[in-house]
Amino acid sequence: MSDMPWLTILLAVPALGALALVLMPRGFARSREFALGVSLVTLAIALFVGLEFIVGNGHVQLQETYSWIPQFGVSFALGVDGIALSMILLSVILVPICLIAAWDDVPSDGTRRQQGYVAWILLLEAMMIGVFAATDVFLFYVFFEAMLVPVYFLIGQYGGPERAAAATKFLLYSLLGGLIMLVAVIGLYVAGPGGSEGFLLENLTGLEIGGVTEKLLFLGFFIAFAIKAPMFPVHTWLPQAATEARPSTAVLLVGVLDKVGTFGMLRYCLQLFPEASKWATPLVLVLAVISIIYGALLAIGQKDMMRLIAFTSISHFGFIVLGIFAMTTISQTGSTLYMVNHGFTTAALFLIAGMLIARRGSRNIADYGGWQRVTPVIAGTLLVAGLSGLALPGLNAFVSEFMVIVGTFQRYPAAAVLGATGVILAALYILLWYQKIATGPKPENLSTTRDMTVREKFVVVPLIGALLVLGFYPKPVIDMLEPAVTITLQHVGVTDPAPATSADGSEG
Amino acid sequence: MFVAPEIDYLALLPLIVVFAGGLIGCLLEGFLKRQQRVSAQLWLTIGTLVVALVTLIWVARDNQGITAAGAVTVDGPTLMIQGLLLVLSILGVLVMSERLGGTTPDAFTQSGVSVPGSAEEADAVRLGGTTTEIYPLTLLAIGGMMLFPAANDLILMFIALEILSLPLYILSGLARRRRLLSQEAALKYFLLGAFSSAFFLFGAVLLYGYSGSMRLDVIAEAIGTQTGMDGLLIPGILLLATGLLFKVGAVPFHSWTPDVYQGAPTPVTGFMAACTKVAAFGAMLRLFYVGVEAARLDWQPILAVVAAITMVVGAVVSIVQTDIKRILAYSSIAHAGFILTGLLAMEQVGASSTMFYLAAYGFMTVPAFALVALVRSAGSEATHVNQWSGLGKRSPWMAAAFSFLLLAFAGIPLTSGFTGKFAVFAAAIANDYAWLAVIGVLASAVTAYIYFKVIVTLYFGETRTDTVVVTPSALTTFAVVCGVLVTLGLGVAPAPVLDLAANAAQFLR
Repeated sequence: MSDMPWLTILLAVPALGALALVLMPRGFARSREFALGVSLVTLAIALFVGLEFIVGNGHVQLQETYSWIPQFGVSFALGVDGIALSMILLSVILVPICLIAAWDDVPSDGTRRQQGYVAWILLLEAMMIGVFAATDVFLFYVFFEAMLVPVYFLIGQYGGPERAAAATKFLLYSLLGGLIMLVAVIGLYVAGPGGSEGFLLENLTGLEIGGVTEKLLFLGFFIAFAIKAPMFPVHTWLPQAATEARPSTAVLLVGVLDKVGTFGMLRYCLQLFPEASKWATPLVLVLAVISIIYGALLAIGQKDMMRLIAFTSISHFGFIVLGIFAMTTISQTGSTLYMVNHGFTTAALFLIAGMLIARRGSRNIADYGGWQRVTPVIAGTLLVAGLSGLALPGLNAFVSEFMVIVGTFQRYPAAAVLGATGVILAALYILLWYQKIATGPKPENLSTTRDMTVREKFVVVPLIGALLVLGFYPKPVIDMLEPAVTITLQHVGVTDPAPATSADGSEG
Repeated sequence: MFVAPEIDYLALLPLIVVFAGGLIGCLLEGFLKRQQRVSAQLWLTIGTLVVALVTLIWVARDNQGITAAGAVTVDGPTLMIQGLLLVLSILGVLVMSERLGGTTPDAFTQSGVSVPGSAEEADAVRLGGTTTEIYPLTLLAIGGMMLFPAANDLILMFIALEILSLPLYILSGLARRRRLLSQEAALKYFLLGAFSSAFFLFGAVLLYGYSGSMRLDVIAEAIGTQTGMDGLLIPGILLLATGLLFKVGAVPFHSWTPDVYQGAPTPVTGFMAACTKVAAFGAMLRLFYVGVEAARLDWQPILAVVAAITMVVGAVVSIVQTDIKRILAYSSIAHAGFILTGLLAMEQVGASSTMFYLAAYGFMTVPAFALVALVRSAGSEATHVNQWSGLGKRSPWMAAAFSFLLLAFAGIPLTSGFTGKFAVFAAAIANDYAWLAVIGVLASAVTAYIYFKVIVTLYFGETRTDTVVVTPSALTTFAVVCGVLVTLGLGVAPAPVLDLAANAAQFLR
């Protein structure tokens, strides 16, 4: 059984599902059910892949390599290490949840419009699996760019009133970054061994490029990832895109797609250009700290709750980048764990906010107040998700944020201290938001508003469950991530700083 | 004493078939009745092109060599370019035959010579005059295009240039609607084309003065041995390049492109945009790779600057366009820059990436213009972007096909446009033109803006009711489906065609 090309199957199932939806005749009214079924099958296959995966091994596993375009040195090569697998699992868990959450967003009238929405989501799922599983730089690039198309249509065709502008802005930022990366991708091939498998990651790792070339290639990749991640100062597309997108789209956009940026920094920037990564570290750390504080400050001032969540993400991505470039085992493990946690937390925040918006018809925080009494279950789950967002101990984000700060402190105490202020600011924006929405006198004329429906419970229960499980018992995930992180750090050639006790030992 | 040259007729068979078909078409114009002409001409043309393609594959391929007293070379690049031209012209001719529900090819006027709005024209319309002269004209143009990249002699190259150009000048002026715009386009194309031909001829003369021969192989030899005549060589090369750069629409010789593309009947625009570019780049490959390769240190930097400016101008100016045909025209200018980037890489990879890009570009251009011709408002083509607003809801297949082609123009992965861009940029970077590739990707990002603006209009715009999409005939549908499938195929599985291009990239000298 383990000889089966599981990763290819995993990628093909949602892609074929999307194709089937497009080819289905007009008037097929069960496209939502069909898409949900496909995404659940994908989830089952992914879980099976997870069982095949050997957790303690940090190397890339389940590898498949087929010749694709030998003239360019391109292979269709897939494989996962712990980091990639955790990202794939995050994606395939979130997709069915998003489909359920978007159930009523598009009417079930059997029009192309509805078929299109779920087909784009399935196509996006296939691309997300591909981008994380690719072990060929060219293949990664193909998925990285092709992914823009479904997101562009998901935002532009199904979003809010300003959707066209938001979609175009998203696309142009991403495309510009991607095209800069394209030059670096080709440059990497030229600098590498070449030949018919010259784009395979394993053939490009450990090259000694050196000098200006390595720095330029690093920058080509890093700029693309920074835009995707999104880091200050190239984050400006995100708030607009996340605001105009439907909550489900926003979850996939911020929860999963933006992770491609930080994933790319780990897998491509650090692994392929270790010297240039070390050279760029001071600047990246400064930008990461700015992202943390700037994102949090803007989140505090937000009046629009979708924008608020978008800005909290900019802050949280700052943490992730900080941990990656602090380059200690603890900080990077924390960052990769944070990537998983942030996916679930943001999903919960966006989707619960979406439920509120669907009931009140407004994204404006000032239009709410006292909803604890109107919809106690929604308000309660919002509080849990919010507390996870501000990293309350016992909830998932705490573990990862703690690890990032502790790990960073070992090498860059100043950055860790500055970054930690983000934790305090997080308490401010989350609690203020909750206070404005849920507390206070019961609003008038809202007595008929329904509390959480059964369908919405299907959305929220797995998410809250994930927040709690990952908060109390993150060990299985950490076990999966840590070996891969160790190997990444070996590629970079840095060792952890000696523990404080022995380093201070000589001084007394 | 005059010795008749040895001519390898088998190697030239595809060319002979096409020219013969064109001449028979002229005869049919004179002898057949009006009602019979339409289908007779159409099937004669398609048949000729198919037979030519078959002879190309079965006969000419096994008879490669330099023939006709050194004037014609049939080698890998020739065959590749000729084959590509034939396939693209088949699609192009199918699109030209679109009747839009009527009985005649509707994009063309019944009476090209008449003054717009005159009594003669009204008569022609009333009589239901047919417009079948476009078929032999097209065949003759294709013949010239096929001869162009095969020419190993500057005089023959010039003749081929004229054979391909003259029918195109006429075809550009035959649009049924907006006659004045069309006639203006034809006149502009003709005048500027005549200028560029003159430049080409002047360049050929200078090279003759330099080397004592018009043959490319003799010129190539002379560049190594001849000294003290550089004053003739470099201007000669640059003047020749001017003539060719005009045909591909490279800056600064591009100014005709938007006007002619806009004014010409839309199916002609598609045919012209795809096939002329293929033929002219084929000729350029032969001139630069075979003829004056030894002097490349002199002309390569100049051509590199031309490529850079072409990409930038094509991309930047396209942003402000509001007419779909002009957008595609400026996009073709930008694409000419991308192709030049590949050509400049020299070596085998330069030729193969150029040919691959030409194939990719041709197969997206013909169906794109075919789709433009289908969108109509009050009987004439609706080419303003705003008129396309919301078509995604009312004509999902047309909008989906056009959007897919736009993604290919933008170079999104899994389309032929991406593979082509990758091929030319990779060739450029591997041969010390990384800066050109950087300019190329920045220009790509800029062009993406306008393509996605069109997609925004198609899908996210308000629906209009005054614009309709005509249901295309089976012929046009076939052409569009072929183009879209090739565009997808060259993006998903380009390996066989890349192989073909790589194997065909050996020039005979």
